[in-house]
Amino acid sequence: MTAITDIPDAPRAARRPQIGNPVLRWLRTNLFSSIPNGILTVVLLAVLGKGVISFVQWGIANAVWLTPANDSSACRAVRGLGACWAIVPEKYRFILFGTYPFDEQWRPALSVLLFIALFYLSTRRALWRRELVFLWIGALALISVLMWGGVLGLSFVSQDRWGGLPVTLILATFGLAFGFPLGILVALGRRSKLPAIRSLSVLYVELIRGVPLVSLLFMASVMFPLFMPSGFNIDKLLRAQIAIILFAGAYLAEVIRGGLQAVPRGQYEAADALGLSYWRKNRLIILPQAIRHVIPPLVNTFIAFFKDTSLVLIIGIFDLLTTAKTAIIDPAWQQFSVEVYIFVAAIYFVFCFAMSRYSRSLEAHSGAR
Amino acid sequence: MTSDAPRPPPRRRFFGAFGRRELKGLFWQVLVVGIAVAVVAFLWSNTVTNLSARRITTGFAFLGREAGMPIADSLLAYSPKDTYLWAFVVGIANTLRVAVIGIVLATILGTLIGISRLSANWLLSRLAAVYVETLRDIPLLLQLLFWYVLMQALPAARTAWRPVEGVFLSNRGLILPAVPVGPPQLSVLGTAALGCVVLYVIRRWLVTQQMRDGRPRPAWPFAMTLLIALPAVVSVLLGVSWTIEWPELRGFNFVGGLTLAPEYFALLIALVTYTSAFIAEIVRSGIQSVPRGQWDAANALGLRRSFMLRQIILPQALRVIVPPMTSQYLNLTKNSSLAVAIGYQDVVSIANTTLNQTGQAIEAIALIMAVFLTISLGISFFMNWYNARIALVER
Repeated sequence: MTAITDIPDAPRAARRPQIGNPVLRWLRTNLFSSIPNGILTVVLLAVLGKGVISFVQWGIANAVWLTPANDSSACRAVRGLGACWAIVPEKYRFILFGTYPFDEQWRPALSVLLFIALFYLSTRRALWRRELVFLWIGALALISVLMWGGVLGLSFVSQDRWGGLPVTLILATFGLAFGFPLGILVALGRRSKLPAIRSLSVLYVELIRGVPLVSLLFMASVMFPLFMPSGFNIDKLLRAQIAIILFAGAYLAEVIRGGLQAVPRGQYEAADALGLSYWRKNRLIILPQAIRHVIPPLVNTFIAFFKDTSLVLIIGIFDLLTTAKTAIIDPAWQQFSVEVYIFVAAIYFVFCFAMSRYSRSLEAHSGAR
Repeated sequence: MTSDAPRPPPRRRFFGAFGRRELKGLFWQVLVVGIAVAVVAFLWSNTVTNLSARRITTGFAFLGREAGMPIADSLLAYSPKDTYLWAFVVGIANTLRVAVIGIVLATILGTLIGISRLSANWLLSRLAAVYVETLRDIPLLLQLLFWYVLMQALPAARTAWRPVEGVFLSNRGLILPAVPVGPPQLSVLGTAALGCVVLYVIRRWLVTQQMRDGRPRPAWPFAMTLLIALPAVVSVLLGVSWTIEWPELRGFNFVGGLTLAPEYFALLIALVTYTSAFIAEIVRSGIQSVPRGQWDAANALGLRRSFMLRQIILPQALRVIVPPMTSQYLNLTKNSSLAVAIGYQDVVSIANTTLNQTGQAIEAIALIMAVFLTISLGISFFMNWYNARIALVER
């Protein structure tokens, strides 16, 4: 095993006389500090070099970037040697928007931009005020109008034609928008002094967290119709959305409970001394502090949750991953699924990586205080 | 207000000692429980109506019927003539096969990567960081589909890759040389397992003895006897053979050896690499949580490096590492249910097939949930026991 930086060897190395070429000095301290370290560096460089070279050969040098529409012969010619990125321009509209009417696809596109703007504004600390809630309600309403249509001269598009990235964003955002208040209620319930409410909350959290999301989704897709009065039919997407909200609620509840535990007792006592009611006490004093404590873990939960929405593939809902998988059923392009998966992975990566960077910056910020 | 103003009489309590606060609490509890009961009753009555309208029988009687579904890859002997109950058992065994091996491999890989992230070698720590960031930010299901596509794109059996002699990688999966394990071999392994238990008892006794008089008593002679010598003697006495079976290509398929089917192999790779990225972060933060003074003190005492890591750093790091590690083990186990997406027949996939064949959705999903709740409780019970053992005992 290699040496660990966090031991007293490291500062000694840093205290070496600062002579010679800075580049060489950097190489010596960071890559060749000892003989085993030097060997390790050389081996890693060799492996990395080979990997990078073969990827460049496959992904760039031998790759096919564009083909005439519906013609994959150029791609098949380089199969095994080069990537077929041509499948992305060929299929990107289906992957991003599914079977949404082709001429109306500016509407889901605009919805995606609205979502991104909404997320971006929510990360601004200066905007963390009550108005943000109204902004969310307004934006979500606008997105619903755009997606469904039927008003303002927009043609109506039923839910079963929605697909791709907007569906992923809808499942994740509505899941959070409803799961968050639910999580707060359950977290408060779990810390309540009332035994019946406490045990119901514990039961809910443990039951949902103890089983895989797949089984909740199965439940939503096959058992939900059995639960409802006959003749009452809920759309498949909405059923999945409900399962996802319940799932998010349980996980967020545990994070928020951690925050509630971190609020000092004195705060509760002071609020009681002011004679505030239970709800006013929590709304004005306890919850703002509790949530502030757990913002980084909340963001991490959001990331996990955003990725988990891809599981709706298993019950056949057309989210981003499902449209990608469907796009490559086309016999002409069947062999080029790796390229499509890389494209979709890049989209997921951009969203999750942005969130994780943000969580990192928040942690650094709260550490500095 | 003057002090001699008449005080208002104390408010009459409604139910004797029962105050306003208690009454309010009771009200809320009755309200919430009432709503919960009403919702459950509503769903229940709808379900009963719907089931009778669709003529679906309820109950677990179907478990005794012939399953008729093929299971391609299983540890336990199975044929489509077996019952649904046995199919479920085979599915549970498949889930455990992926989860247990996945947990072991993910722990090893995650620890290596976590330590690499702290390496003094810049290149190694950067590569580890890229590994962690990339794998954490892409959905597991996408990674699973990706690995499965790659497995299918491997060459056919005839032109299989042979990275090492006796190991074949083809679109039939990974084929490894193996020692066939039957009852005679199992009896030897059983002896060794029994030896472990005895050794544990002996070690505890040795430690209590040492606590009494301070004289160290080495445990290794017992370990050698119980774990190596005794099984070896049993093996020779029973004449158990330990010959390695080398797989070879005959006709269109492989004969002998151990075959990891493409579905199993893809699921295992995806679960292990994905979880290892999270474990790496846990290990890193655990090691970083050990105060620097502990390293300095151990160095100042002139302790050997391995001793220092084993006796001073690791025990302290483990306190930070174990609780989040438990949730990663639980996640890996629950995530193994994604097997259904690529057709590896774990318990979820078999329950899903059962559901489609018999229409008994409630029972099938109840079985899935019961299995996972049991596994989850088992893992958290074990990890909590382990955590309590290593926890800091404060005065």
